[in-house]
Amino acid sequence: MTPETFVLYPNPAPAELVRTLDFGNYSWTAVGSIGDLHDSEPDVGWTGAIICADEDPDGAWAICRELRRRDVPVEPLLMLVSGSQLDQLVSRNELLDDFMITPFHSKELEARLAHLLWKAGRGVRPELVEHGPLALNVETYQATVDGRPLDLTFMEYELLKFLSSHPGKVFTREALLNRVWGYDYYGGARTVDVHVRRLRAKLGEEHASLIQTVRSVGYKLGQSRW
Amino acid sequence: MTAWVERQNEYVLRAAEERAVQLIRLWFTDVLGQLKSVAISPAELETAFEEGLHFDGSAIDGFSRIQESDVLAMPDANTFATLPWTDGGTTGRMFCDILSHTGEPFEGDPRHVLKRNLARANDAGFKFMVAPEMEFFYFADGEPTHAPKLLDSGSYFDLTTSDAASDLRRQTLSVLEAMGIPVEYSFHEDSPSQHEIDLRYTDALTMADQIMTFRLVVRELALEAGRFATFMPKPLAGMQGSGMHLHLSLFDESSNAFHADGEQYLLSPIAKSFMAGLLTHAREITAVTNQLVNSYKRLVRGYEAPVWVSWAQRNRSALIRVPVTKADKPGSTRIEFRSPDPSCNPYLALSVILAAGLKGIQEGYELPAELDANLFELEDARILELGYQPLPTSLAEALDEMEKSDLVRDALGEHIFEWFLRNKRAEWRDYKANVSQWELERYLPSW
Repeated sequence: MTPETFVLYPNPAPAELVRTLDFGNYSWTAVGSIGDLHDSEPDVGWTGAIICADEDPDGAWAICRELRRRDVPVEPLLMLVSGSQLDQLVSRNELLDDFMITPFHSKELEARLAHLLWKAGRGVRPELVEHGPLALNVETYQATVDGRPLDLTFMEYELLKFLSSHPGKVFTREALLNRVWGYDYYGGARTVDVHVRRLRAKLGEEHASLIQTVRSVGYKLGQSRW
Repeated sequence: MTAWVERQNEYVLRAAEERAVQLIRLWFTDVLGQLKSVAISPAELETAFEEGLHFDGSAIDGFSRIQESDVLAMPDANTFATLPWTDGGTTGRMFCDILSHTGEPFEGDPRHVLKRNLARANDAGFKFMVAPEMEFFYFADGEPTHAPKLLDSGSYFDLTTSDAASDLRRQTLSVLEAMGIPVEYSFHEDSPSQHEIDLRYTDALTMADQIMTFRLVVRELALEAGRFATFMPKPLAGMQGSGMHLHLSLFDESSNAFHADGEQYLLSPIAKSFMAGLLTHAREITAVTNQLVNSYKRLVRGYEAPVWVSWAQRNRSALIRVPVTKADKPGSTRIEFRSPDPSCNPYLALSVILAAGLKGIQEGYELPAELDANLFELEDARILELGYQPLPTSLAEALDEMEKSDLVRDALGEHIFEWFLRNKRAEWRDYKANVSQWELERYLPSW
């Protein structure tokens, strides 16, 4: 599987956007400048771009130009603009493939993204996240360990998917709260611990250690592939 | 419906399909703490999410007055689980919130009562975390016409062949874990045939749901094995009863609000006020935490059950114990409230406990001095002289205390408060009119 990565602007990218992409299991990198854009571009190039113009329109359009005025322009490119910025689209048709008005609906964004990828002839997002004995089917929401189906709640599934999509990477409890539960969630500091303990119970004794506690930092799943 | 809820519902619809779920049980709890269930087919699931499930609430204890008997059960997708012990086709289950016919949360729904109290804690910046120690007995059968038949004569921490029910307990543990109910410890308790399973802490709403599931799983698996499990607080005279000690703490956004480095027993001022609140209102909330006539036969001297309103670090006769924790584990600083028994309605019990503790925090109650003597060794009169109050000694006394309590009325809401008192007074009247075996044996020969 080729690692597919969307580039987002600005950095930090809007919370709701990040959450939607994480839910949809898309990888992404947020950039704050043209310098960043070049430094963090993967060898295989960007899968696509989602550029948010409502905070810093000048910066946003500059990034768009950088992405499109290349031998092989980056596409699809989705713009997020506020209602008052619709005028700005008029003379810039070649810089984008589609646009949405903020605040956007996360389901619409997901649907548009899937459609844009299809139009660009690109494979859709990976359907299977695998790590060791663990397999998560993103389409059907099914999780198995050693082929045995796990009956997870939605949040348990999302947490497991997130951790196994980033093997070996350590996440703090705060980072997991933000990335998996979303910024507006208030569950208190223990939410993550409680869910990890439940996941381990369901994984069973043999596989409970797949999710490791990194003392005084947070949690990680397995070892990095690289 | 928010996008969040939509996603959760969609997840459950998909999971039910993929796992070939054939039946979905929608669970809710009546005011007395009995689990109720309505089964639907997977085809009805989507409609149940969108519109809820109508049913006649007047058939449910404590639910409705005749005029407004129609209520609506709304499944909570976040609680979806499959029941691992069912044969022939997968069965799923979800807890429900109950709405009145106008679409408002129904005031007779114990789960809603707990949610309302938790929202108050949330407003004050706290998340209420709970871990219960569940005690129960395994008997040969559940036939009430003869004395319970023990399965073994084992005692505390026994690990011998005499522990006939340990296989059953082990099997129960694996079902609980598979359902996402993590277990901290499990062992044979003091009395013959008595067992304890301690659940790992989680937020109070999830825990109340888990306690309901736990009681069902334990009883169901016992029945399948041809045994009988009971959460009756005192099934055997002369032996220890079954309690449900609750380990309690409040977490704020970043850490355990009960913990403070350098303080005595590592307890923060918030923890101390919370304890003071529990002690001050202990007598008022006892009818809810110990709701059966039989509950008060557990709360007697000599069986390690609390009898006096008091707190201590080591003394297990105290109502509140402060477990010894390590300074480098601030997350585990907590208090243990020892009066509740496993027959209570967990939603209502946690509601009144939280309300009492929060009241202590809001009013800045002072924590009285720690109990240093072992109360079990002192005469009653001496203990009263020292200024300690006894817990109510009967359901009737506990109801009198509850009836006077604005705190309990407010925590439970008018509807449940009134209904509970009426129902429990009737239970007490039935009991009073009964002539027991003890009375016959004691009085018949001499009078």
